[in-house]
Amino acid sequence: MKIPVMSDFVAAGEMPEVLFWVGCAGSFDQRAQKVTGAFVKILQHCNISFAVLGAEEGCTGDPARRAGNEFLFQMLAANNIAVLNGYGIKDIVTTCPHCFNTLKNEYPELGGNYNVLHHSQYIQQLIDAGKLAMKEDGVFKGKRITYHDSCYLGRANDVYEAPRKVLEVLDAELVEMRRCKSRGMCCGAGGAQMFKEAEKGNKEVNIERTEEALEVQPDIIAAACPFCNTMMTDGVKNKEQEEAVKVYDIAELIAMGNALMDVK
Amino acid sequence: MHFIPQVLFSLLLLATGIVAYRKYSFIRRNILLGRDETLTGSTSERWKNMVLFALGQKKMFRNWIPAVLHLFIYVSFVIVNLEVVEIVIDGITGSHRILAAPLGGFYTFMISLIEVLSAAALLATFAFLWRRNVQKVARFTQPEMKGWPFKDANLILLFEIVLVTAILSMNAIDYQLHQRGTPHYPDTGNLLLGQYLSNLFSSIGSNTLILMERAAWWTHIAGIFFFLLYIPHSKHLHIFLAFPNSFYMRQDTPKGHMDNMPVIMNEVKTMLDPSAEVTEIANPPKAFGAKDVTDLSWKSLMDAYSCTECGRCTAACPANQTGKQLSPRKIMMDTRDRLEEVGRNIDTKGTDYDDGKSLLGDYITAEELRACTTCNACVEECPVNISPLNIILELRRYQVMEQSDAPEAWTQMFNNLENNQAPWQFNPEDRLKWAEEL
Repeated sequence: MKIPVMSDFVAAGEMPEVLFWVGCAGSFDQRAQKVTGAFVKILQHCNISFAVLGAEEGCTGDPARRAGNEFLFQMLAANNIAVLNGYGIKDIVTTCPHCFNTLKNEYPELGGNYNVLHHSQYIQQLIDAGKLAMKEDGVFKGKRITYHDSCYLGRANDVYEAPRKVLEVLDAELVEMRRCKSRGMCCGAGGAQMFKEAEKGNKEVNIERTEEALEVQPDIIAAACPFCNTMMTDGVKNKEQEEAVKVYDIAELIAMGNALMDVK
Repeated sequence: MHFIPQVLFSLLLLATGIVAYRKYSFIRRNILLGRDETLTGSTSERWKNMVLFALGQKKMFRNWIPAVLHLFIYVSFVIVNLEVVEIVIDGITGSHRILAAPLGGFYTFMISLIEVLSAAALLATFAFLWRRNVQKVARFTQPEMKGWPFKDANLILLFEIVLVTAILSMNAIDYQLHQRGTPHYPDTGNLLLGQYLSNLFSSIGSNTLILMERAAWWTHIAGIFFFLLYIPHSKHLHIFLAFPNSFYMRQDTPKGHMDNMPVIMNEVKTMLDPSAEVTEIANPPKAFGAKDVTDLSWKSLMDAYSCTECGRCTAACPANQTGKQLSPRKIMMDTRDRLEEVGRNIDTKGTDYDDGKSLLGDYITAEELRACTTCNACVEECPVNISPLNIILELRRYQVMEQSDAPEAWTQMFNNLENNQAPWQFNPEDRLKWAEEL
């Protein structure tokens, strides 16, 4: 499928409504690519004029900065800001809470000022605006869904309600884990942990969190972050529950609920 | 000879004042050894934060049972100190309960209030001793709590019992003596608890009672003086520092925001574009990140002194819960211990003395730092808004940028980011490949 890139818009002398920041996971990770696809389907379904940067996009620098490599962070950020400012980008939406946090909170000091939304907030706005009406008797009716808070969405940016509001329209049964919202437990991937082996301990963080999720006996664990998604998926596999419990991103759930995507 | 107690009291007051001034100045000076940090945000917001978090204990109420128990001790501490005003006047002038007559019914009310709060505090103190020593609540039993921190916590609680017992018996005996018409013991009105507690002393002779009343009075005031001098050495310092620490807490920035490093930003900017305009940095840091406490911001150092080792941070830390070495509370305790050491070195061996030790390595290990997922759970939980995360990230910066010390996998990730603008080894030209599958 042809996905509009910024350079096409500029060539046509136009500007999209919003730039979709895909992120490294959304671009390269096979599981996260499906989330990218689901979100694109939602944007198209709602007739949103959007563009991506394609090969001009680079890592926001979040893992480098949190690992302690400020030089690398500043290099990556400077390149991205030059591209974004060059195109005169004002509005950005992203499916990754880490990109969201960096673009929204850390680029302004470096000269990059944008309105940045996480896709949970963006989808909520689409629902509120009546652009994304859910079908009666949804495919998720009667299913138990538990939402796992991403640290970089929740505690880092106080976004607790948007993903839950989005899930509410699925007409499913939403159940909260013992630790949720500001008390939500990390999946174990943040702070560049995703890119190294865990330190010595008696358990993996994602196993601890998955066990907590399984306690509430969900049919679906909903994530809003590609890294949480990986960690929870691995956790469910480790517990040999992958047949009974599925891990989906909220964008996939909404896309499936609107028959924009096959229900798996 | 009747003025001897007055002289003794005045000397004790003066000596306490001098020693306290020296001890608290040491702490203030140590905090100011930290790097400058520019404060952002409005002052009115700062006052609001202080009222909410320190005075109002907003975050304590995330956890109801300890919050209510703590509130008893906190409120009684604040109110009891009003009686100390009278004690100090009596001590210097030789009067006894000088405020009883002028305040009348209000005096009875105030002392009764103090009695009730003291009794509540006494119950809370026993509950806290129970939680630490019998119930052994998990967050009080981690490795960093062994030894002095464990003793310190119990000492304060035992001390609290002594003070409260002294104040309750002082009031009750006073009441009993007044009932007997003993001279110099004025009418305090019907004290809510004192009128009943006084019955405990009804069989004791008046002369013994007067001695007992004096003993309780002196125990109470000398105890408070001792407490004031003990606190600078204790985790209990939070009773004072919770206030400035909430006042100076980070505001206007979401928790996910990490401090910028303008020096590096400028360097990268001019590297990419030699004509780029950059703002000159006043007092650039000697090194990137933090190796020792003096490389940390003064706010992080104030954080360390404000920590009362409650361990809510550690209990919420995903790394700690899964058996890793990292404990955010230990990060704060290590920072304080090292800062005190640096402070003592300056006082005894001069400012240029280098003991060859540092916070990174001698106190906090690479293994601890590398277990952090930067999830902000520790920051969220802290009742007095301490950020252990800030210290962890500054130490990581020093490790990676000054010592080139990173796990192999991170070095690989850095290479990928540099060459492919992604943490994995993918061709940047393939960034849009996902669209083909759609």
